[in-house]
Amino acid sequence: MASYRTPLGRARGLGAAHHGASHWLAERVSAIALVPLVLWMVFGILRLASLDYQGAVLWVSEPLNAVLMVLLTATAYWHMHAGMRVIVEDYIHKTLTKAVLLVLNMFVSVLVGSLAIFSILKVALGGAL
Amino acid sequence: MIDADRPLSPHVQVWRWHLTMFTSIAHRASGAGLYAGALILAGWAVALASGSAVYDSYRHLMGSPLGKVVLFLLTLGVFYHLANGIRHLVWDSGRGLDIKSANFSAVVAIAFAIVATLVIWGIAITTGAV
Repeated sequence: MASYRTPLGRARGLGAAHHGASHWLAERVSAIALVPLVLWMVFGILRLASLDYQGAVLWVSEPLNAVLMVLLTATAYWHMHAGMRVIVEDYIHKTLTKAVLLVLNMFVSVLVGSLAIFSILKVALGGAL
Repeated sequence: MIDADRPLSPHVQVWRWHLTMFTSIAHRASGAGLYAGALILAGWAVALASGSAVYDSYRHLMGSPLGKVVLFLLTLGVFYHLANGIRHLVWDSGRGLDIKSANFSAVVAIAFAIVATLVIWGIAITTGAV
């Protein structure tokens, strides 16, 4: 007997359409990207620690440093948001508290990450001198 | 609902402490610590973009004894989370999950974190960065 239901209608309610792993996968992909970025940043911080304001501005103004810093910030903030989300989901069982903390985690990550990226770009594009 | 009278996972109270348990807990703890570290790094970028006066006070704060302790712990956290994160990626590929390998890689991750932290701070002290 022919079915008159649409393919979407038949698929609805049958579970995840292969997107359930995306959060898990994104955390791993960001982890892989962070390995070289973090190692680079450790040596960047060593360099920056011995530079004064002027020197730090010039360092950040170099294209490679600016781009890697922005990529590090974006990836690190994505990764830390994902990690903190799992921590909240694991330990907080009260629905309201959990929802508040999950939203707070997202807002803090997006706000502070955006502040950092904007600041790096401002310095790199000559806005700090 | 959760019945508080029965032992709950991960049974921290009834399990003998072992190395892989420590590395698992330390991975979360260092991750949470690095969350704060990322906020400190953002503070650095904002301070730099805010001009030399703000940047100088930020450097002064980071150079204080408390600032150095925080930066040292963050260095340890970064290298531990990095090494143990790679360990997790290896596990995700299905390798190294037996007890012997897991114990060995735990020792490697902890040793790497300590050695790398000391090396970086050694470089920082000898180059005058600290």
